[in-house]
Amino acid sequence: MDQPLARIWAEFRENRIAVGALVVVAAIALVALLAPLLAPQNPYDLASLVLMDARRPPGYVGSGGYVHILGTDAQGRDLYSAILYGLRISIQIGGAAGTVALVLGAVLGTMAAYFGGRIEAFIMRIVDLQLSFPAILLALMLSALLGKGMTQLVAALVTAQYAYFARTAHGAASVERSKEYVEAALSTPLPAHTVVFRHILPNCLPPLIVVATVQIANSIALEATLSFLGLGLPPTEPSLGTLIANGFQYMLSGRYWISIYPGIALIVLIVAINLVGDQVRDQLNPRLKR
Amino acid sequence: MLGFVIQRLLQAFVVMMAISFLVFLGVYAIGNPIDVLISPDADQRIRETVIRQYGLDLPLWQQYLGFLKRLAVGDFGRSFVYNMPVLQLILSRLPATLELTLAAVLGATLAGVPLGMYAGYKPDGVASKLIMGLSILGFSVPTFWVGLVLIFTFAVVLGWLPAGERGETAVLFGVPWSFLTFDGLRHLFLPALNLALFKLAMMIRLARAGTREVMLTDTVRFARAAGESEATILSRHVLRLISIPLVTVFGLEFSSTLAFAVVTETIFSWPGIGKLIIDSIASLDRPVMVAYLMLVACLFIMVNFLVDIAYAALDPRLRVRRA
Repeated sequence: MDQPLARIWAEFRENRIAVGALVVVAAIALVALLAPLLAPQNPYDLASLVLMDARRPPGYVGSGGYVHILGTDAQGRDLYSAILYGLRISIQIGGAAGTVALVLGAVLGTMAAYFGGRIEAFIMRIVDLQLSFPAILLALMLSALLGKGMTQLVAALVTAQYAYFARTAHGAASVERSKEYVEAALSTPLPAHTVVFRHILPNCLPPLIVVATVQIANSIALEATLSFLGLGLPPTEPSLGTLIANGFQYMLSGRYWISIYPGIALIVLIVAINLVGDQVRDQLNPRLKR
Repeated sequence: MLGFVIQRLLQAFVVMMAISFLVFLGVYAIGNPIDVLISPDADQRIRETVIRQYGLDLPLWQQYLGFLKRLAVGDFGRSFVYNMPVLQLILSRLPATLELTLAAVLGATLAGVPLGMYAGYKPDGVASKLIMGLSILGFSVPTFWVGLVLIFTFAVVLGWLPAGERGETAVLFGVPWSFLTFDGLRHLFLPALNLALFKLAMMIRLARAGTREVMLTDTVRFARAAGESEATILSRHVLRLISIPLVTVFGLEFSSTLAFAVVTETIFSWPGIGKLIIDSIASLDRPVMVAYLMLVACLFIMVNFLVDIAYAALDPRLRVRRA
């Protein structure tokens, strides 16, 4: 398992754009992690919000005595602080949804490939069916049914996305399943789950990692979209999508900063993750190697 | 071919039944079905009448049969908010969405396929790199954000185009359309562009990947040996060979664009079914939610079915293998 990953890393380092993107992702993750230390204000502490400071342009010195570098939103939140905390939420939700979907999809996909027959047909039929519906529609409906909140949101995102992992895992595991080393491992008295988890699954990891990077970016975008539509998180804990939605009505009157800056943060994060994912995918696609 | 069609039809039917069951479970069994059927401010007498009328005192499986029966005759109940039959409400909003979606998908295909083929034909050119960079951006940037930037740039700062509603409409076949008037077209442009960008990125990628693979095949080598010009090779051979995945995606994307239209319609206050469903979710207008879910599912299944058939018609091998 270490060896293919080490090889991927060596090749990855050669693409400067991808390495740069990876650095950006790491930097954003670090900033989000340290948000309480870096932000001049806790944007969730409603008591610290002063309405006098609402909708001020970037550079305004508010009643807190510090400069609002990126301006303030309609509730008087310091946007710079709100963006840092919003990034935190976005990464948390994207990471959580991506990981749970990865585990669920990988288990279902490898199980389908391992057992074959009816079980395989049943699982893959459902997965195919789900893939024919756009993720956004599923997430939309689920969050409408489940209600607002972090757990509900993650559940909706996982349901909308696990199918991509399941199909990828199934494809890779079916190939591994028919290889001789698996046959050899199965002919020993090793229990089935050992063969699946120790031998088949590690060899399916590279394609799953690619899907995971893309899907984390997707779930961040999806979360932002749902929050923008008012179906994600409650407005007292604004994620980037909520911030953008809150600023939308003021944009028409020229107060662009409330929507634009959180949007830029969101785009930088998503594009950086996608650039990393793109490079890894190109590396793992044998059809492009000649 | 007939056997294939019948098999696919049966499959579509089974899927539709499964989805109706899930929707039934989700809205009727888990949620309180009474909320779905009567408005919250109805009095006790009306409640009991409706409970009996819709058989909510019956066992679950009988209720499900009743639900199916009502679906079959198109009875989705009445919308609380608009106080009209849901089906009628949705049908009145459908043309706006269809118009927007069609404009977006057609635009994306007509622009994306040539761009993608060029990028695949000259993968190392500067223009190709630029096209691919744009397509990554189109993929990554969420639709709602692009919509905001479009509104800010073209409606607020430049003031060139309007940023909401359908504008003036003209009536054709008893339905109002925006694309028939100049003002309507102006209103259509920004939302259609917004909706098209993601599809454009996808079309570019597909056309590029297909072209890159086909350019390496013997077909192209022999066509060159026969002295055909590069333009002829691209337009006559490559385009035909990459058309099968493109047709599939065109079909599938058409339906998923309807789903994405939810976002675009909300931003541009385009009065289609996407905006309707968001408004209904916000106001808990559940009959509309149920009907939207069932109709969209039905639409998806139909499109998938048609794509399968088109596939089989284009590629004879599939008829044998899949049937």
